[in-house]
Amino acid sequence: MTRFLSLTEADREEMLEAIGVTSVDELFEQIPLGVRFDRELALEPALSEPELVTHLEELAARNAHTGAELSFLGAGIYDHYVPAVVDAILSRGELLTAYTPYQPEMSQGVLQAIFEYQTAVCELTGMDVSNASGYDGTTVAADACFLAKHATGRSKVVLAEALNPQVRQVVKTYAPGFGLEVTEVPHRGGITDPDELREAAQDAASVIFQQPNFFGCLEPAVDLAAAANEAEALPVAHVDPISLGVLEAPGAYGCALAIGEGQGAGNYQSYGGPHYGFIAARSEFIRRMPGRIVGETVDAAGKRGYVLTLQTREQHIRREKATSNITTNQTLLALAGLVYLSWLGPEGLREMGETCLALGRYARERLQQAGLEPVFPERTTFKEFAVRVGRPAAEVVTEARRKGVHPGYALGRDYQGLDDALLVCVTERRTQADVDRLATVLAEVATT
Amino acid sequence: MKLVFEKSRPGRRASTLPRYDLPPGDVPDELRRERPPRLPELAEPEVVRHFSELATRTFGIDTGFYPLGSCTMKHNPRVNERVVALPGFRDLHPLQDEDGAQGALELEWRLQEILAEVTGLDAVSLQPAAGSQGEVTGLMLMRAYFADRGEGEREEIVIPDTAHGTNPASVTMAGYTLVDVRTDRRGNIDLDDLRGKVGPRTAGLMLTNPSTLGLFDESIEEIQRIFHGAGALMYYDGANLNAVCGISRPGDMGFDIVHINLHKTFSQPHGGGGPGGGPIAVRKTLEPFLPVPAVVRDGEGESARFRLDYDRPKSIGKVRAFTGPFGVFVRSYAYIRAYGPALREMSEVAVLNANYVLARLKDAYELPFDRLCMHEFVLSARNLKRQHGITALDVAKRLMDYGFHPPTIYFPLVVPEALMIEPTETETKETLDAFCDAMLAIAREAEEEPELLREAPHHRPVGRLDEVLAAKRAIVRYGFEEHPHLTREDTSEPRQLEAQKGA
Repeated sequence: MTRFLSLTEADREEMLEAIGVTSVDELFEQIPLGVRFDRELALEPALSEPELVTHLEELAARNAHTGAELSFLGAGIYDHYVPAVVDAILSRGELLTAYTPYQPEMSQGVLQAIFEYQTAVCELTGMDVSNASGYDGTTVAADACFLAKHATGRSKVVLAEALNPQVRQVVKTYAPGFGLEVTEVPHRGGITDPDELREAAQDAASVIFQQPNFFGCLEPAVDLAAAANEAEALPVAHVDPISLGVLEAPGAYGCALAIGEGQGAGNYQSYGGPHYGFIAARSEFIRRMPGRIVGETVDAAGKRGYVLTLQTREQHIRREKATSNITTNQTLLALAGLVYLSWLGPEGLREMGETCLALGRYARERLQQAGLEPVFPERTTFKEFAVRVGRPAAEVVTEARRKGVHPGYALGRDYQGLDDALLVCVTERRTQADVDRLATVLAEVATT
Repeated sequence: MKLVFEKSRPGRRASTLPRYDLPPGDVPDELRRERPPRLPELAEPEVVRHFSELATRTFGIDTGFYPLGSCTMKHNPRVNERVVALPGFRDLHPLQDEDGAQGALELEWRLQEILAEVTGLDAVSLQPAAGSQGEVTGLMLMRAYFADRGEGEREEIVIPDTAHGTNPASVTMAGYTLVDVRTDRRGNIDLDDLRGKVGPRTAGLMLTNPSTLGLFDESIEEIQRIFHGAGALMYYDGANLNAVCGISRPGDMGFDIVHINLHKTFSQPHGGGGPGGGPIAVRKTLEPFLPVPAVVRDGEGESARFRLDYDRPKSIGKVRAFTGPFGVFVRSYAYIRAYGPALREMSEVAVLNANYVLARLKDAYELPFDRLCMHEFVLSARNLKRQHGITALDVAKRLMDYGFHPPTIYFPLVVPEALMIEPTETETKETLDAFCDAMLAIAREAEEEPELLREAPHHRPVGRLDEVLAAKRAIVRYGFEEHPHLTREDTSEPRQLEAQKGA
């Protein structure tokens, strides 16, 4: 008897009798003999709860986390502070252990939370409709392409090369099944050229660019969206929610959709997940949106309430004609995002953006003083920037880590010609003193 | 209850941030935000109180019994929440060097090994974010496998009429064509129908076994002969794996690709809709096509080292960022280590509990397939509808008054007025009995006081909600000053959709 099972021997006897069988084995007689498993599973012996904790503590201790090592890693996942209120709310058992709110009268709390989350995402991005969340910042890009294909009837998508490489990889993986061709537009000195984008966007269903882009550079987003619109391709901005207190909302510069990775707003890094992806659109695309959407309604007495709505888009109703196959999404992580944004407030979000901008600027200048030249010196950057280290950046990472500092992400794996470039990220959790230490360590291990 | 936005007052704020005495960064004017987002403005006490109230208006497995069929709402051990919050897991950046992530990589590798053993297959990718993403990934693997063999003409996927809606939706997303196959009178795939539909254009089968009827397909060996005989592959939808751990393995049933719902069988809490985890396990022949990176081990014992392998030239690519939802892996790994080989007992008790509830209810409700069940079963409220005009929806709403979450209703589609009940293994007999008593009482009420059912629920924060109005008006965000005021529509038309709720 394990600790998660409650039946006593007497219970079992009574239950077998009620069923009309003499043993549990009899229940499995519907399984043909040839496919019954006839040995014990080769798994390690069960662990008691204290042993289990010790075992997992040992595994955890072999990871260099951002509380133990001074880290300037970003590249899509960020060490922003997660406030205590987020932990407190997410540990509420009702929210933690509820299923998808199929029965609205049982689930008004989580439905209202999703409605509020949808509102917050629409406010951040300047859009009219948001779903209840996607898996992460990569899969929502694939969702956007599927939506755009069906909305425009076109079968090509354009990706800016300065869009996160993993986002591009995921889109390319899904594209053949969607019947989509993928074209990439190279970056020019760290940003995307609107004329090149316009050219590539002819006959395209959509164009996806990132703001700030993967290098941390601010794209000419207004011009990129205009270029896509001129080619009648849907402009899609992949945005960092943390930037949206200081950077313009995609809805305000003509984007059809806004997507992004929500992790930086309210989720821990957690070695890459679970996090939430967000996807929001102008109202004309509401019936093409993927996944769950919560809407307002009233009960028989006229009292306000919330339900899953517009379900004729979804797989459980529409089956092979659905707008997506998604069912389980990332509601709990999206709730963390909502709690975080409620904690931050509009003024906190603006202040956070200004802090990231100022610290980023300080770090750029400080590294330049230490002899590390920015890769894209002409560009304005937010929170992240690329610097040259004069030798393979992967080696610099290894050596800097020996000195207790993880200096950033080596860009060579994703971009030709950037083997000696490091992407450095500074969130509000890094102090000036931390940046000074980074400068000292990099001056020692880089070739300047 | 007010929305968090309606509680907002200008000037309130819960957050404080570090301040640095630095010159500001610059942003070109045309890129700078003009109008701030209208996020809530609250101090911390109201933030906590607001979301706590939302929690009290939500029913979780912690609150009570949740027999939502096909969702495997079992207890979520609290120690899993403790270990996932260890800083070495929680604060680990996914681009950390392999040297600095050996513990995380070892955990992933160990989970892969466990899932290979439980499914009876050879190689595992943890990357898919949920079951439905596992499905589309599995179909992409089929496409890559057949392309590699020069059999690109295989464009059809066979799916039974009992399948989850995700299966046909995944078929479309993967660019395949759907072929439906019927269910026979015992609840198995209709073999006569099947034989005419499998041939040189067939890429594969997608099957849940036990099916969404909670029945193990007794012809599984013949099904395997049909598909493999035609050179096609078999995909196992792992939504119902909780029925067969240590009892029958998909790999041994002939399946080539399996997804595992970590948020069902292996206890990742469902969080009101997610997160999930949908790892896929495959036969050796399909391993080269798995997503990158693969988590591999070099060496053994004390000198073992774990790394990420991107050098997989035949890989389909990536379906999600990094290696997958790592926090889900920590919880599921901890869950399985708590059981060890006794995982079989988990499935045994799940099946025992389901059969017990079935035995107690089958005289009061119709049982479309009169067999022993596996971990769940499907009843029909057709008799109540015929005799008293009471629907599955009415039964579900009335159950709320007895303090239970309703079962899945109106699914699978092959059963009219379906009530799909999955008790799981973690309930006491007392709870199962109380639920059965309630279901029996409701069947009596259907006869004696049908209005009580039609107007249920009576004790929830809201009564029956108007789903038709919600879809018609499509108010999907708060509109602040311009927010519309909804009023009840005066009509006798049904206001709830008789559409699948659950699974």
